[in-house]
Amino acid sequence: MKGPDVNEGDRPLAKLALRPPRAPRVVSGLSPGNTPVLILGATSPMARGLATALAQSGQPIYLASRDVEECARLASDLRIRHGVTVFHGHFDAGDLESHLPFLGTVLEALGSLEGVVSLVGTMGEDPATLDPFKAEQIIRSNYLGVVSILGACAQHFESQRRGVIVGVTSVAGDRGRQSNFVYGSAKGALSIWLSGLRNRLHSKDVRVVTFKPGFVDTAMTYGKPGTFCVASPMAAGRAMAWALHGGPDIVYYPRMWRLIMAIIQHIPERVFKGMKL
Amino acid sequence: MVLPVRECELSGWGRHPVQRCGVLRPDRYGDLSRIEADTLPRGLGRSYGDSSLNQGGRVVEMTRLNRILEFDETLGILVAEAGLSLAEVAEIFLPRGWFLPVTPGTKFVTLGGAIASDVHGKNHHGEGCFSAHVAWIELFTPALGRLTCSPEEHPEIFWATVGGQGLTGIIGAMALQLKPVSSLWMEVTHHPARELESAFNLLSDPEADAPYTVAWIDCLAKGRELGRSIFMAGHHRTEKNLPPAKAPRSKPLIQAPFNFPSGCLNSLTVRAFNGVYYRRNGRKRFPFLSAMDPFFYPLDMVGHWNRIYGRRGFVQYQSVLPPGTAFEGVKAQLEEISAAEAASFLAVLKRLGAAGPGHLSFPTEGYTLALDLPYRGPETEALLKRLDAIVLKGGGRVNLCKDAHLSPESFRAMYPRFEEWLGVKAQVDPEWMLQSSLSRRLRMKEGA
Ligand SMILES: Cc1cc2nc3c(=O)[nH]c(=O)nc-3n(C[C@H](O)[C@H](O)[C@H](O)COP(=O)(O)OP(=O)(O)OC[C@H]3O[C@@H](n4cnc5c(N)ncnc54)[C@H](O)[C@@H]3O)c2cc1C
Ligand SMILES: NC(=O)c1ccc[n+]([C@@H]2O[C@H](COP(=O)([O-])OP(=O)(O)OC[C@H]3O[C@@H](n4cnc5c(N)ncnc54)[C@H](OP(=O)(O)O)[C@@H]3O)[C@@H](O)[C@H]2O)c1
Repeated sequence: MKGPDVNEGDRPLAKLALRPPRAPRVVSGLSPGNTPVLILGATSPMARGLATALAQSGQPIYLASRDVEECARLASDLRIRHGVTVFHGHFDAGDLESHLPFLGTVLEALGSLEGVVSLVGTMGEDPATLDPFKAEQIIRSNYLGVVSILGACAQHFESQRRGVIVGVTSVAGDRGRQSNFVYGSAKGALSIWLSGLRNRLHSKDVRVVTFKPGFVDTAMTYGKPGTFCVASPMAAGRAMAWALHGGPDIVYYPRMWRLIMAIIQHIPERVFKGMKL
Repeated sequence: MVLPVRECELSGWGRHPVQRCGVLRPDRYGDLSRIEADTLPRGLGRSYGDSSLNQGGRVVEMTRLNRILEFDETLGILVAEAGLSLAEVAEIFLPRGWFLPVTPGTKFVTLGGAIASDVHGKNHHGEGCFSAHVAWIELFTPALGRLTCSPEEHPEIFWATVGGQGLTGIIGAMALQLKPVSSLWMEVTHHPARELESAFNLLSDPEADAPYTVAWIDCLAKGRELGRSIFMAGHHRTEKNLPPAKAPRSKPLIQAPFNFPSGCLNSLTVRAFNGVYYRRNGRKRFPFLSAMDPFFYPLDMVGHWNRIYGRRGFVQYQSVLPPGTAFEGVKAQLEEISAAEAASFLAVLKRLGAAGPGHLSFPTEGYTLALDLPYRGPETEALLKRLDAIVLKGGGRVNLCKDAHLSPESFRAMYPRFEEWLGVKAQVDPEWMLQSSLSRRLRMKEGA
């Protein structure tokens, strides 16, 4: 089936950027109702937008991050505002051994799992560090840990021949820049991994979405010079909920980033290497 | 707090003064537990003057800490973080039959701001201040860390924080007793009052009294018509078989798109507006049904309405005078602004009930007049000095959450419990880590 027409690869880019937003049609994604979703990195403000959208359509949710106390506050807020079932628990992307048991706990709580969104990510102290140990932390959180948990979810979905995986990467992963290339390379690697996973699971009726935010108004961008067209995290989260329910395989959010990144990717390397980015 | 800082020009709702502050915006509750020097909490910036500003220092914007933590459906007790707005409380809980026990004239304020300014509503004569309905607060103080305060537990810290303008600690969360209502409708009666005396009579007349009362004054009326106003009285309708009411909106209907040129709001346009408003509303003599939003928050319909005063902004002057001096004092104030040709778009007269226990809480028994005055530099400052003199003479006081000009001496004369408040400040924040432009202007640190 053909996906809804946002960010579709075969469209002229300029047209895409100018078209007013439209809610994507539902394609083999989740249907609202009793379709439980796991949110990894639930303390991100974007995750709050996502959880709100899911709660509004009555979907049971499991919130996970390293900050359990915060997850508990977010969970009670969702329960009281929307009257939905919300669980929460501890999840550390860096602790690979814990991932399988963690998934077991989630499955036990929710009864079944239909979708997972990973917002796990960090810039680290310095997203362009040359210190291998600091770089390892960035790579573990943004890439290795996510690959591990989403890999486990993929196996589960593959065997039930149903499910949706949304991985949040970044426009920073589309081309390396001197200001954040360690972070960017981990995000870029995750984008490639998701593309391969999508290819593998296509025949198994499992949807895989790569979600690439531009600048979103969270602590990552707050007060930083050089940011522009900063999007609201609640709206970004809503777009993630749409991505769960249908739409293109690769989502740029806001959509104009598709155009911006297309231009940036087409700058010849000999010019790019001299630019202050 | 190791949070990123955003340097920006900030102002209160009056857009005067505008000052440079470094804004922090915590996303997690845990971020509150480390308060750095020279910090001030801030809600939605609906205080008018400089009580939510900290020039050259830091301001902690609380709006993302707005999670609802508990709600008791049978007792109506809400536990939530302090950044939650009253607009959200109404939006979520009105459909479930619960409303705010006390609400100011705008719903775009946070729970924390409502405590720190101990806000009052049109029902102060019956229900008291916002703080009267707060069961407890969780306060993050520089010296004593995280504390739960209530009228029973650490009462002195609780009552110093109520009306304490954010200077005793950051309120993180609180429990609020909501009020049961059985419909989304208000029943409202308007009585025109030809001059000030009839307005006062209506406000104090037990026959005309209602749970919510307010008089809107056309302050451009002069001479014999001075104080011409509309007295509005309302109560919640209780019948079940009423037409479905519009649910409250959490966003304004329209937005004022840009700064109006400063000359736009002159006495001519204001006179025209007031004249029309008086005639239109004075006609509604019989009780009529009103939805909650237009009754409680008529100004919220226009987002950023503060822009109509142009770049220079405006000040709100709100004072309260005891019953014995109120009539003369209000009259003198109206005469002053009339003589100064200082067009006030909005002039509101309310009756206040007995004072609460908050050390710096504004409401005291009597009558309160609120005036919006366009800011025109020294001319306005001189006018404000004259108004201060009237209020001081009448034994009244000025509301700190509206104020931007009060002198340290006048402040001390108006707030006799300041010394008591300083005692608590010395306990919770001896180093004055928490400061604001207001606290420096009033030289609070220098003692009573
Ligand atoms: C149109 C309009 C109508 C109004 N009507 C009324 C009225 O009828 N009655 C009335 O009493 N007031 C009224 N006000 C004033 C308003 O209710 C108060 O100024 C209120 O405090 C604003 O809340 P805020 O969240 O915007 O706080 P801000 O304006 O951001 O801050 C106000 C004060 O609260 C402190 N503060 C904020 N959050 C916290 C926290 N979490 N912990 C500790 N301190 C904190 C700040 O430091 C500051 O001193 C009105 C204002 C407007 C714009
Ligand atoms: N903001 C932007 O402009 C922007 C742009 C492009 C992409 N993104 C991406 O969008 C996602 C959300 O970002 P944000 O801006 O909302 O940042 P954020 O608030 O810092 O959120 C990051 C989330 O990742 C979680 N996380 C980080 N390391 C983890 C680990 N080792 N184990 C488990 N969870 C971990 C955090 O949870 P705990 O700390 O609670 O464990 C938090 O929930 C990130 O992946 C980010 O890279 C953001």
